[in-house]
Formats: sequence, C-alpha cells, structure tokens
Amino acid sequence: MAESDLAQLTERFDYLTERVSSDHLALNCPADKLIELCTALRDEFGYDMLNDVTAVDWDAQSPRFTGFYHFLSTTKHDYLRVAVDCPDDFNPSLPSLAGLFASANWHERETYDLFGIRYEGHPDLTRILMWDSYPYHPLRKDFPLAGIETPLPADDVAEATGASVLPAPMMGGPFTSSGDGPMSQTEPSAKDESWSEKQEKPTD
Amino acid sequence: MQNQNVAYDSKVEGEIIVTQADAVINWIRKHSVWPMPMGLACCAIELMAAGASRFDISRFGMEVMRFSPRQADCMIVAGTVTYKMAEVVRRIYDQMAEPKWVVAMGACASTGGMYRSYATLQGVDRIVPVDVYISGCPPRPEALLDAMIKLQDKIGRERAVKNLIPEKADSAELAGAGKES
Repeated sequence: MAESDLAQLTERFDYLTERVSSDHLALNCPADKLIELCTALRDEFGYDMLNDVTAVDWDAQSPRFTGFYHFLSTTKHDYLRVAVDCPDDFNPSLPSLAGLFASANWHERETYDLFGIRYEGHPDLTRILMWDSYPYHPLRKDFPLAGIETPLPADDVAEATGASVLPAPMMGGPFTSSGDGPMSQTEPSAKDESWSEKQEKPTD
Repeated sequence: MQNQNVAYDSKVEGEIIVTQADAVINWIRKHSVWPMPMGLACCAIELMAAGASRFDISRFGMEVMRFSPRQADCMIVAGTVTYKMAEVVRRIYDQMAEPKWVVAMGACASTGGMYRSYATLQGVDRIVPVDVYISGCPPRPEALLDAMIKLQDKIGRERAVKNLIPEKADSAELAGAGKES
C-alpha cells in the first residue's frame, strides 16, 4: 500500500524524497510545497486525518528545525509522515495546515509554544500551554530542563507572595521507581540527596 | 464537653453556660469546616472518593464542599500546581473569607512532587500559607481524613480572633482587590 503511494507521489511531485524511517513511509518536502502536497494527500490519496504536528530541534545543525506531520488514512489504514525543514534557523516558520485539517490548529499552537516555530496563516497563533507573556520556548535544545528564572504571570500575586518562576531543583533526579518490592518502599524518590537548592552541589 | 474551663452546674446556674469565647468559637468552627476542592490533578479523584459513601468525610463534619470560594473556609489543594495555575490558586485563596485554612494534598501540592520542571510550582506553600501537608502520590482517602482531623485539632488550639485581624495592611487590601474579581 505504502509503496504504491510512494511511487505515485514521487512521480507526481518531483521535489519529494523518501526519508529514512523505521516504521511508516516518511517523505521530505520543501516548506513552500507543503500546502500543495497536503491538499493532494487529503483529497486524492485518502490521508484524511492529521494525527500529530510536532518538530525537532537539531541544535547546532542547519537547518536547525524540522517540522513533522503524521497522517492517517482511515480508508487505507496506513500512516504517513511528512518532514519539512524550516528555511530560517533564527526565525523558523512553516505554512499552517489549519485551513486543511482542523486538528492542526491546536497542534500548531503547541509546537509554536514549545519550539517557537511560527505557522504562517494560522488563525490564532498564541501559546497553548505556557502563559502568554512567557519569554522562552521550553523544548528548544538551548533551554535547560530545570527552567529559567522568570517573573510570575500575575504582577499582584508576585508582589503579594514574593514568588517567581524559579529553576526546579534537579538534585538526585530523574525521580524513578525501581519497581521491586512493595510500593511503600519504591515510591519515586531522589537518588542523590547530597545537594539541594539551599546547599550547593559538591564539586570534586 | 471536653473543655476543662467549662463549669456548668444546672442547679446553680439555671440555663446559663459559662465558658471561654475561644472554646465555643473554635468548637463551632472545627465541626463545620467547609472545604473548597481545588482539584487540579489525580489527587482530586481521591478527594472525591473521600467524599463518597465508602470513606464518607461527613462523619467528621466537613462534607459541605463548596465550589465558590466565598462560601468555603478550607482550601484543599489536590494536585499539581503549574505556574500558570498559581495565579488562579492565589486569587481563589484571596477570595475566601477569613478565617481560612489550606491543606496541601499529595506530593505535587506539597513540594512539586515528581514534576521537577520549568512549568511546575515547587510546592503550593510558595504562594499560600499551608496548615497541613499530606504525603502520598496520591494519598489514600484515609490520609486525607487524617489530615482533616489534624486540621480540626489545629483549629481547636487557635486563638479564635487571630484570623480576624489582618497581619499586614497590604494583605488585607489584596484580599478585597483581585483582578476583575
């Protein structure tokens, strides 16, 4: 099924290349041809459901960001993955699929929130998980896992409580359970408690 | 009456009971705690179980869950408090009438729990004063009941007028002046 799709697609769209994949058929597509390809996938090839929109940050490589789209055909029962490199490493942007698939709306907002990729043509490209004034994109490789100190979103609450967004204490983490023995003894806990946010990590 | 200060002799006093204001007011307060279920994650499911027939929180006189902060005096923070939600938790706390108490239910509300993350408040005590912490992930309903009974003991030992006098002028101001509340 997927092989015949691949032959038809590459014959019709000569800019497509096959991408190395350990599961489903995956294709590389240039950003400016994405709308054309996805319209054909939806209307002519039966890939009528967009399951996921996400991205990868390749850190020091260029292109730095690659957007990913996972399609499902509800008639052929087959998945298809499309990978699109963002042309600009510093202000990454991709065309929005929100006009083709309703599910793209929230997925693209999430990817924008966490990776900072702008989806051109999106009807309401605002953050979906972090608050609107948050200055970072947390899934980028240059963002530390613990976070960066930032003011709380509400000024009056920050003033009344003196609290702010602080880097999370990471000592002993990640917090995993061994799984052996009774639950009372295997609750996820810190493995290294020799340092905390009040006591610096010992250097040796 | 448990209170040692109560001296009641019906032959002498007739229908008059002599006691201390603290004893009476605290006795009334601790037997009618109205919780505000701040259910944010899976701990809220255990909170619901504690309210249902099997564990039956009404045995201890605190079954009147109120979803309006104006009608509640004990906020049970059940679940993970994200930084985005922290503002809401604090605002709802400010909207509750004095006297009020806070129970941090479970690991996440107490310390951030397993969410050592850029998005999670590392303990709700950073934004509201917590009276009782409950361990567990999530705690069983019995643990919640135990904590609520401990809270009752704590209420019984307080000075009844303590919470009526604002500690700081600015905190009293904030209590009445939420954003568009």
